Amino acid sequence: MDGVAAMKWFLPVLSVVAAIVVFWYLACVPMNVKFAMMTAERQGVVVSPEGVQARRDMSAILLAVRNPVVWADTWTQDKPRLPAPHQVVAELWKTTAEVKPTSKRSLVFHAWVTLSATLAGFVIGAGAGIILAVGIVHSRAMDMSVMPWAIASQTIPILAIAPMIIVVLNSFGVQGLLPKAIISAYLSFFPVVVGMVKGLRSPGPMDLDQMRTWSATRAQTFWKLRLPASAPYLFASLKIGVASSLVGTIVAELPAGGGQGLGFRLLSGSYYGQTVQIWAALFATAILAAGLVAIISGIERGTLKRMGLA
Amino acid sequence: MITASGLDLTFETNDGPVQALRDVNLEIEKGDFVSFIGPSGCGKTTFLRTIAALETPTGGEITVNGMHPEEARKARAYGYVFQAAGLYPWRTIAGNIRLPLEIMGFSKAEQTRRVAEVLELVDLETFGRKFPWQLSGGMQQRASIARSLSFDADILLMDEPFGALDEIVRDHLNEELLKLWARTGKTIGFVTHSIPEAVYLSTKIVVMSPRPGRITDVIESPLPRERPLDIRDSPEFLEIAHRVREGLRAGHAYD
Ligand SMILES: Nc1ncnc2c1ncn2[C@@H]1O[C@H](COP(=O)(O)OP(=O)(O)O)[C@@H](O)[C@H]1O
Ligand SMILES: [Mg+2]
Repeated sequence: MDGVAAMKWFLPVLSVVAAIVVFWYLACVPMNVKFAMMTAERQGVVVSPEGVQARRDMSAILLAVRNPVVWADTWTQDKPRLPAPHQVVAELWKTTAEVKPTSKRSLVFHAWVTLSATLAGFVIGAGAGIILAVGIVHSRAMDMSVMPWAIASQTIPILAIAPMIIVVLNSFGVQGLLPKAIISAYLSFFPVVVGMVKGLRSPGPMDLDQMRTWSATRAQTFWKLRLPASAPYLFASLKIGVASSLVGTIVAELPAGGGQGLGFRLLSGSYYGQTVQIWAALFATAILAAGLVAIISGIERGTLKRMGLA
Repeated sequence: MITASGLDLTFETNDGPVQALRDVNLEIEKGDFVSFIGPSGCGKTTFLRTIAALETPTGGEITVNGMHPEEARKARAYGYVFQAAGLYPWRTIAGNIRLPLEIMGFSKAEQTRRVAEVLELVDLETFGRKFPWQLSGGMQQRASIARSLSFDADILLMDEPFGALDEIVRDHLNEELLKLWARTGKTIGFVTHSIPEAVYLSTKIVVMSPRPGRITDVIESPLPRERPLDIRDSPEFLEIAHRVREGLRAGHAYD
């Protein structure tokens, strides 16, 4: 890609990011304004109106507009309701670059814990999804018996009951990576089943008749027609699946009590009102998700290109 | 050689039975070029598919090279060219032509030899490494013909293979097909909508009509096997074309 073409998308992307950051800083002002005014008042700064009681029922936006003097403070509090971008960045920096990656205070450590459970869950979930899809496409009995269960399984609000499952598994001595991986696998297998079934069924009647005229076996039809035809569908569903896997792991980490993982960081942050820590963990999660999806996209591009499909 | 006698085929549909073929009697000799012509729904495709054992007749008899169609398929008696080229986008042209050879278990060396041979036969020698999307529609259909020739079936069944192509490309491919037929001595069953195409190509023209699908006329062409394109202006050609048209009209008079 040449420089001019790069500029073409770089500028719009940059403007969108800038707009988001500006909006974020603006949002911090009303969100944190009440606490900022209280602090300012204590230090003898004149704010309007005076007294916590007088301000209690007033709109935060109105307060923010009437007190530009406290704006700067809304971006630097220790425990803001909404931390400012630079605070989150600073926290991210502090907990990644400035501590050893093996330390419990390192986000890298927690991210690795989450990542390993996610990958384990994803491999199990995607593998099971692919195998189920192959079975569903080849056996009418399996199509009739497994598919309804697969769909029913998704109506269980797993995100809501995951903590319960973790606690129950814990009481049976199942701890560490495994229970998290189970939740993670549970969430990722469904998109893979659905995508893979659709992909394996994508060859039309003509393609299948063509195979019949050559007396191809079912195995040959699978390896030479159905499987390659399913590749684009598979990759699309793997991307959804890996993101679901990560969500599953995070949720499973909330009650884990193991004191490890990004989910744990989210929860412990909220226990102690450490909003900056929560946001840093959120960003770490987002970065992890983006990275995982990007890796699959990369493999997808490479594979489809080699297949002549992209 | 293909023999059909008293062939019936009725599809059971939600709107009741559809007689796609009724009492079809036909002899196709080795080396014949037989065209099936008739309006949509007269059973041309169904008949071709019955020869290929893709449909099972509900009555009557059909043999292909003296065998049941299923056995004939296992003996690689025929190659089938569908209306769409049906090339796999993830395989090169050579890879697509190799596909039936892989399925039938030819050795690697034999596969390569045959792919080269049939590519030459359809004038696509230099396109083996290209992907299907890099070829025009006419070239894709030629590749599809090459694929069906690669395993030495002596019968070639073609269902409107040039139906989606424009007139000029079609003329060219018709000429090529005749040359290919002369070179290989195959027996060809060819479905078409076009009267000139049927008359130009065939040694035998089977005129069909719908509801129920049946044969209304079988015309043995007096034209020589060697046919330049301008034979289409000769009186003999026009006479046969006229008879085909009459046959089609007679079929319609039924309803
Ligand atoms: N699989 C099928 N199921 C039900 N009806 C069919 C099926 N295939 C073809 N038919 C019907 O059989 C008749 C002949 O179809 P076809 O052989 O495709 O005609 P043609 O190729 O001459 O246009 C049509 O009425 C068509 O609707
Ligand atoms: Mg047809």
